[in-house]
Amino acid sequence: MKRLLLLFILCLPCGAEAALNVFACEPEWAALAGEIGGDAVRVYSATTARQDPHRIEARPSLIAQMRRADLVVCSGAGLEDGWLPVLLREAGNAGVQRGRPGHFEVARYVTLLEKPAVLDRAEGDVHADGNPHVHTDPRNIARVGAALAARMGELDPATASRYQARWQDFSTRWNAAIARWSQRAVPMKDMSVAVQHKSFSYLIAWLGLREVATLEPKPGVEPSLTHLARVAAQLQATPARAVLRATYQSPRPADWLAARAGIPALALPYTVGGSARAADLFGLFDETLDLLLQAATR
Amino acid sequence: MLRTTLLAAALSAAFPAFAQSELDTLRAELNDLKTSYEARIAALEARIREAAAQPAAPGDTARTADGFNPQISLILQGRYAHLGDPEHRGIAGFLPAGHAHGTPRGFSLDHTELAISASVDPYFDGYLNLALADEEVDVEEAWFRTTALGHGLTVKGGRFLSALGYQNERHPHAWDFADNTLMYRALFGEAYAHDGVQVKWVAPTERFAEFGAEAGRGAAFPGTDRNRNGAGAYSLFAHTGGDLGASHSWRAGLSRLYTRAEARAGEVEDLTDTEAMTFFSGRSRTWIADFVWKWAPDGNAYERNFSFATEYFRRDERGDLTCADNSAAGGACGDSTDAYRARQSGYYAQAVYQFMPRWRTGYRYDRLDPGHVELGANEAFLPLSTHRPTRHTLMVDYSPSEFSRLRLQYAKDRSMENQDENQWIVQYIHSLGPHGAHRF
Repeated sequence: MKRLLLLFILCLPCGAEAALNVFACEPEWAALAGEIGGDAVRVYSATTARQDPHRIEARPSLIAQMRRADLVVCSGAGLEDGWLPVLLREAGNAGVQRGRPGHFEVARYVTLLEKPAVLDRAEGDVHADGNPHVHTDPRNIARVGAALAARMGELDPATASRYQARWQDFSTRWNAAIARWSQRAVPMKDMSVAVQHKSFSYLIAWLGLREVATLEPKPGVEPSLTHLARVAAQLQATPARAVLRATYQSPRPADWLAARAGIPALALPYTVGGSARAADLFGLFDETLDLLLQAATR
Repeated sequence: MLRTTLLAAALSAAFPAFAQSELDTLRAELNDLKTSYEARIAALEARIREAAAQPAAPGDTARTADGFNPQISLILQGRYAHLGDPEHRGIAGFLPAGHAHGTPRGFSLDHTELAISASVDPYFDGYLNLALADEEVDVEEAWFRTTALGHGLTVKGGRFLSALGYQNERHPHAWDFADNTLMYRALFGEAYAHDGVQVKWVAPTERFAEFGAEAGRGAAFPGTDRNRNGAGAYSLFAHTGGDLGASHSWRAGLSRLYTRAEARAGEVEDLTDTEAMTFFSGRSRTWIADFVWKWAPDGNAYERNFSFATEYFRRDERGDLTCADNSAAGGACGDSTDAYRARQSGYYAQAVYQFMPRWRTGYRYDRLDPGHVELGANEAFLPLSTHRPTRHTLMVDYSPSEFSRLRLQYAKDRSMENQDENQWIVQYIHSLGPHGAHRF
């Protein structure tokens, strides 16, 4: 047993082939780190598009990945409060603790919307700093990417120029795509939508849509039938063109309301991996725009 | 545009005598107003876009983990219990463990837990957990922990719940049932806490593996305070775990506790059914093996999820047992001391299923084996039990949110000899403040 342990400890440096181990809390940041890092990084996504980033178990496999990480990229703003603190303190990895260069909190690089005026649990699961689902506006991804490329270069100076070059390349393609998407989105300006959870506030702000109803009575509280009936009545007065939900959310409330109001329920991919087409960041917005346009021109 | 036309239409309807020229002037004025406002709105929008394009300076939204520093959380717990009324509540064949909190019948308040935690500085964080009850404050945990050692190493010092087994580190509010398992009640009363140090190392491997050692005062059951230098209790633990696909995850562990007792008091009934005090002095060693498996479709536990947990222990105690003189009360004991050896074991297995959002149901089976007990000469005064304590527990709970829970539980308890007890418990657990980060 002792000899085995010794062998084990001697073998520790064996596992370090990749220059930078990136632990991303959500798939969108994993994809972004992958775009910047390419082959020079090993990216691990703690969650998939099928999972609710608010509610994740601090599983042993996540602790093991956190232990090996050189850089942790998370949305922050309270999104991962239920599990990230456990991973950070269990993993014993000093470099990725809050406040260290190895801890990259996305919310610090964008302007957050919907900062609550009152902090009270009676208002549901409110995030003190504002809405954390910032990646649904592609311009935020550009802002975060610039800071992330710089941070990756800081942590891995030998590859910094490569990260910058890859970032420049991505950024050019990304800005062109944003222009294309904005152009395509013109017909849906001022389109009214209902949302299941406030997951798409940044998307809605970017495209100039109007959010007229939320299916959750309070953030993070399961929609009840009585509340849904109220929302349905509200939609009679202020009709919406579609009900939006993320693919990880239960289809039942959105489908029920959509059938009641006679409008389509759209399961938007929400993040990378949310559908077959949303295999990368470009695909994510291509498909999101397609789905919204279909609803707008119906 | 629409508004202008409407206004014009309304005006012409209201004042049909208005000259056409006057209407034209009004229209022109309105149009002027509109264009000037549109220009100002456009300018404002441009400024907003500009401001939004500027990345916020890092630190603009600096915050602690939950927006509060320190994080303070308060757990409110209470219950209504419908129980039998045995003369002497205990687990047959096992020496009672320290200060096991009895459950009163009827309405009662459980311990109210107050937890405070924060980073001390860039190198340490601290945690305090107080259990409040009438005329009593128990310091359940009060420790510091390193955050900057790196290399997978963490050192904890102070009073902390030992990382033994699986359930041990969980406070009662995080239990899946309203009461403790028979195994933990027999082993530790509630849970085993060290006043000492813990060193833990997480291996840098793909599969999770952690190893740890603890040394402490050893004052808690099954040990006693022995007024000496050095450590009175040691424990070792190892855990490993991982995922199987996206839907399954597991953790398994093995732990060992070494401690010693000196005149450890226990209240039992002797062969004449008279209350007797026993005092045990000697060593106590415990093995615990634990296994946890969790399932959620695609790893999304929001709608449905399932968890299974089981733990098994073996305890070996060797030393002397004294049965204090109770002849005045008509008992059989007369301060006799003789060798004592007990090898006992037990386990529990539980399954909890969330079948729809907010609703969970669970079943737990407890079984203990009084094993092999040698009392020596004390066999003449004290009973040797061959009864195997068991218990079946069923619960259903409803959580309106992550911060509140109501639970109904039924148990068929056969932990005492010749007693078949039906237990009903209704319980509430509410947590105030930043809470929610729970371990696996």
